[in-house]
Amino acid sequence: MSIKHHLELTQVGIDFPTPKGPFNALTDVNLKIDKGEFISLIGHSGCGKSTVLNIVAGLHQATYGGVLLDNKEVNEPGPERAVVFQNHSLLPWLTVYKNVELAVKQTNKSKSKKEIKEWVEHNLELVHMTHAVDKLPSEISGGMKQRVGIARALSMEPKILLMDEPFGALDALTRAHLQDSLMEIHAELGNSVIMITHDVDEAVLLSDRIVMMTNGPSATIGEILKVDLDRPRDRIALADNPQYNHYRHEVLRFLYEKQRKIEPVSPKKAEKKQSTKQENTTQDTKKGNNINAA
Amino acid sequence: MFKSATLPTMIGNVKTGIDKNRFAKFAAGLILPILGVIVFLLAWNLAAKNIDTSLGQFPGPAQVYEQAGSLYNEHVAQQEKADAFYERQEQRNAARLAQDPTYEPKIRAFTGAPTFFEQIWTSLYTVMVGFVIASIIAVPLGIVCGLSKSAYSAANPLIQLFKPVSPLAWLPLVTMVVSALYVSDDPMFSKSFVTSAVTVALCCLWPTLINTAVGVSSIDSDLINVSKVLRLNAITHVIKIVLPSSIPMIFTGLRLSLGIGWMVLIAAEMLAQNPGLGKFVWDEFQNGSSESLARIMVAVITIGLIGFVLDRIMLQIQRKVSWDKTAITR
Repeated sequence: MSIKHHLELTQVGIDFPTPKGPFNALTDVNLKIDKGEFISLIGHSGCGKSTVLNIVAGLHQATYGGVLLDNKEVNEPGPERAVVFQNHSLLPWLTVYKNVELAVKQTNKSKSKKEIKEWVEHNLELVHMTHAVDKLPSEISGGMKQRVGIARALSMEPKILLMDEPFGALDALTRAHLQDSLMEIHAELGNSVIMITHDVDEAVLLSDRIVMMTNGPSATIGEILKVDLDRPRDRIALADNPQYNHYRHEVLRFLYEKQRKIEPVSPKKAEKKQSTKQENTTQDTKKGNNINAA
Repeated sequence: MFKSATLPTMIGNVKTGIDKNRFAKFAAGLILPILGVIVFLLAWNLAAKNIDTSLGQFPGPAQVYEQAGSLYNEHVAQQEKADAFYERQEQRNAARLAQDPTYEPKIRAFTGAPTFFEQIWTSLYTVMVGFVIASIIAVPLGIVCGLSKSAYSAANPLIQLFKPVSPLAWLPLVTMVVSALYVSDDPMFSKSFVTSAVTVALCCLWPTLINTAVGVSSIDSDLINVSKVLRLNAITHVIKIVLPSSIPMIFTGLRLSLGIGWMVLIAAEMLAQNPGLGKFVWDEFQNGSSESLARIMVAVITIGLIGFVLDRIMLQIQRKVSWDKTAITR
């Protein structure tokens, strides 16, 4: 393909200084992302997924290589690479409306008062949060907070949306609900998205490509899986789809066979885990994955 | 029949349960504090009878109550005197104006000794000025120390060094410096007032400074990242993120500071002879009449009450201003 890529990571690596000398967390990360693509980063904890995201966001500086967004080098944070943080990170003293308004005012200084109001409301409508505009973050549920976090990120009109385990702290039902919302929004706005996740189903359901990372130190991209499923995707229909299950299988195999994380678990503990797992059905994906691995 | 017989008794049981609970709350909220005060008054009374000083027996609650009444009466009498004084002046001026229309009337201020209540006001005013000076210095400095690790490292030894210094040690220095620098023909404030306020400020600077620095340095790193992504400039960052986020800690510091300031003020007024409660205590002590100790005790209780009220007021302001309703306990 000869088309220009939207976002390019070239030979990105990072060293963190430690008292024992530099610690190489990431190395040789090469990734090209097209406009409107939905990318998931998946890998075991500590493999440097968040570090990749933070480098793209500009919150971390790559030691080696570099990041280009529309042919411009990324070296500081900015609203065109809006981040949705794992624990919403709304300002607790501002209402839902004011939280989004702060972002709009800051990123779009040419907008008039009326335009600001309309844009804030429009973005809150996208995430179905118009009913709670005057509530403080402490007065709404975790899922709602994350919705507002997404609305705030979207209101910056980012070229690329960066999501750091956006649904990680939510219960399974709320998570499914938000995943559906996110698919809707992505279909409507066509933003490019990079999302970190631990959840194999989430990755397959949402992504165009799944980037699987090897374990650290010196983590890098292990495999990239292209997910060729028609959109809009429906989680219930996909549950029986052989193609979908094939993709799931691929990701699981990468995570638990090729990149199996050796964690010292005492035999007693492992046994206990095993018994609790069997009580649960495979509905819960995370635990289901563990059974596959065991 | 069986049902109808048991249901009311059950409700009755529930009711007595609720009543018991209510009674326990009522007891804890009102009866126990009153009980505590009564026990204290009895013990005080008993102890006072057994202490003989060179100024007579140590005053018990009854004598102190009596002196509180007499202090109030003195205040009322003094005010009547003052009113009469101004009325006389007005009459005299009116009379003179009638004789000579070009006369410009003069009103001279009443110069009677300040009463106990006027001294309370002087103390409150002085402590507020000192507290405001301290806050104006401590909050911005604390923000700087919280934002920059280098600034904190530089300031920390000085903070630790000056924090434990007693107001009595500062006072002579402050007195001399104020006498040297605060020179004017028509001073707006008396020197004793400036000395007391500055001493209060010097001593109640530290809690606000430290708490602000800690509050600012412990801002959630996610919020700082939000600020970075939004590319807030330094001033907007401080106003929109840092200040609101550290308001609960700043207020904790301010409350501590005001408490310390009020304590320091009494000592400062004693030595600086600022006509407030501290001077009242000192004058009564020097006066050495048989009523002095009871009058000092009135001042002690007043000082305690005012300190308590000041703290409650700060707490109410904190509740109003702070977003973090869980951070405030007592």
